[in-house]
Amino acid sequence: MESILFLACVEADGSLAKAAREALSAAKNLAAGLGGAPLVVGLIGAEVQSAANALAACGAARFLGVAGAEFAPSRYTTDTAAATALAKAAGATIVVAPASSRTNRCLAGAAQRLGGRVDSHATSIAAAADGKISLTRWYYRQRMEGVLTRTARPWVVLLESGCAPAYAGVPGTTTVEAVAVELPALRTTVTGVRAPASDAQTIRPDAKLLFVAGAGWTKKQADGQVHATEAEQLILGFLASAKASLGSTKSLVDLSGEGQAVLKFMSHLNQVGQTGSTPRHPKGLATCCHGEEPHTVGWRFINERRAINLNAACSWAQGKADVLYVADAFDVMRKVNALLSSG
Amino acid sequence: MPSVFHIVVCGSIVPDPLQTLEPITTPTGPALKNELMLPAVLDPWAWHALFEAANLAKNNPGSKVWLVALGPKAKLQQVMMSVAQKAPFELVVIDGPASGFTESAEVASELAAAITSIAGLDKTKLLLFGGWESASRGAGTTLPMVGERLGITDQFQGVDQISVQPDGSFEVLERIEGGKHQVSTCAGAPALLGWATGNLPEPPNNPQVGMANMRTLMPALQKAKPAKVTNTGLAYASVALPKQRRETRIVKDMPADEIAQEIVAWIRAD
Repeated sequence: MESILFLACVEADGSLAKAAREALSAAKNLAAGLGGAPLVVGLIGAEVQSAANALAACGAARFLGVAGAEFAPSRYTTDTAAATALAKAAGATIVVAPASSRTNRCLAGAAQRLGGRVDSHATSIAAAADGKISLTRWYYRQRMEGVLTRTARPWVVLLESGCAPAYAGVPGTTTVEAVAVELPALRTTVTGVRAPASDAQTIRPDAKLLFVAGAGWTKKQADGQVHATEAEQLILGFLASAKASLGSTKSLVDLSGEGQAVLKFMSHLNQVGQTGSTPRHPKGLATCCHGEEPHTVGWRFINERRAINLNAACSWAQGKADVLYVADAFDVMRKVNALLSSG
Repeated sequence: MPSVFHIVVCGSIVPDPLQTLEPITTPTGPALKNELMLPAVLDPWAWHALFEAANLAKNNPGSKVWLVALGPKAKLQQVMMSVAQKAPFELVVIDGPASGFTESAEVASELAAAITSIAGLDKTKLLLFGGWESASRGAGTTLPMVGERLGITDQFQGVDQISVQPDGSFEVLERIEGGKHQVSTCAGAPALLGWATGNLPEPPNNPQVGMANMRTLMPALQKAKPAKVTNTGLAYASVALPKQRRETRIVKDMPADEIAQEIVAWIRAD
C-alpha cells in the first residue's frame, strides 16, 4: 500500500505558493488513483499553522509540520533535514512536492538520506488501474518526453508548475503534529535577496506573455547602422506596456563577452532554450531570432507562439510558431508600443 | 592570506546542442540514435563550473582542480582534447554511459566513490563543483546526492557567483525565482556548488595548459574503471519526440500597422 506525502515549504507570509497548491492537487489525484491511499501533508517554514488551515479540507489523514525560525530561510542544511524527518514521520512511499528553487535544492539530498530515488521536473504523475505509477518528464532539455516507472521507494517527485489545477478547497482549522528535527551546527547564513531595481525587473514568471529578443536587435539594420539604443527603448517600452517577461537567445546574451553592441538590461538570467530556462507562459512573441532548435526547446511550454522575422524560411516557419510575421521587428514594435500606450 | 581549496568538478559529455536527437529503444533501455557517433561537448553548466574552479584556484595559490567524469572514455578523450586547452586540471575518469536515461542515484554512487579514491584530496578543503543541471537528464539530482555521500551538508544550486573572504568563508549568489539571487554566506569548505552560468567568459585556448594537462589525461583515461550503472528498479514505458507540429500561418506583405494591430489584439485577448 502506497502512502503519499505532499511536501511544501511555506512562504514568508504564511501562505502556500500556487505551485504548491498545484502539487497538492496532483498528490490528491494520485492518492485517489491508488484506491484511496493515505495522504499526509508535510509543511516546512517559520510558522505552518496558517498554511495547514488553508488545506484543512484537502482530505489529508494527517498534517505534519517542521516549524521555527531556523526553517524560515531557503537553506540546504535545514530544508533537507526537515524534509527527511517529515518523510520518515509520514512513513511515505511517494513524496510529491512542487518544483521551486528551494525544493529543487534540497529534495535530492533528502531522497539520498531516505535511501530512495528522486525525479525532478516531472510534468505528471498518475496511477494506472493496476496500481502502477507512471511519471512523465522531459530529457535532453525538453527535446524528448519520457514516461517511467520505479520500484524503489520512497520515490520523491518534484512537480513542475502549471501541470495540475491549483487546490482551492475551503479553509478551516486543523491540528498540525510537530515533527522534531535534529540540526547540525549551521555553517550557512542566508543574508538576503538581490533583485534588480523594480524598473529594471525584466523576468516576470507570472506574466501572460513571454517576449523573446534575438541577436538581430543588435545587428546592422536597413540603413547600415546598428540601433542598439532604440532596440533597448522599444523592448523596455513593450515590457512595461504589456507587463511581459523578457527572454533572450543565447547568442544575444553572449554578445557582451564578444565586444559587440549589447542590450544593457540583458543577462544570462534572461536566456531561454537549450542552456537557459524553459519558462511557462500562455503566450510568446519572438523577435529577431530564427527559431532554431536549441532556442525553441525553451518554448516547449509556451502555448500560443508568434514570431516576427525578416526571413520567411526561418525555423519558426517549420511548424514551431502559430504565426510568423515576415517584417522588420523595429517597425512593428514601434507601432505595437504606440497602440499599447494609447490604450 | 589566500585559502587553499581542493576543487572537484563533476561533469561529463552531452551531444552537441546543434545536433538533432532521436530516441531509440535498446535491450538496456532508451538511448539516442547513433549516440556514439554524435559530436559531443562538455556539459555546458559543468563547463562553466570548470572555468570558475580554475579561476578560484588561480586566485588562491596552492589550490588544485580535478575534473571527475563518468562517460564513454573514447568520447571523453575526444572532448578533452579541446577542454584541456582551457584550464589546468587533473582528470579522473569512470568508463560508462553518459546517457540522460541513466539513474542519477547510481551515477552519484560512482562519482562519490571516484572522488573518495583521489589520492591527496583533503575533504576539509573540498569544494565540490558541477553544473546545477545537465543538458542530458537535466534533473539536478546527481550532484546533491554525491554531496550527501561525501557528507557535505552546505549545498548551493544555480550558483552565479562565489566571493571568497580572507578567512576562507565565502558569499554565494544562487538563482531563485523571478530573476533574483539569494545571497548566503558559508563558513568555508567543505561545500557544494552547482553552477549556473557564472560570470566568467570562456577562457582562450592556452597550448601550455593543454600540454601540461595531457601528461595526466592519457594515463587517467587508460586506468578508467568501468561504472556499474544498471538502472535498477527504473523502467521506461516510452521515450518519444513531441509529435505536435503547428500549422504555421506565414504572413507576408502585411503593412507594419496591420501586423501591430493584430499582435495587440492577440495580446489583449484572454
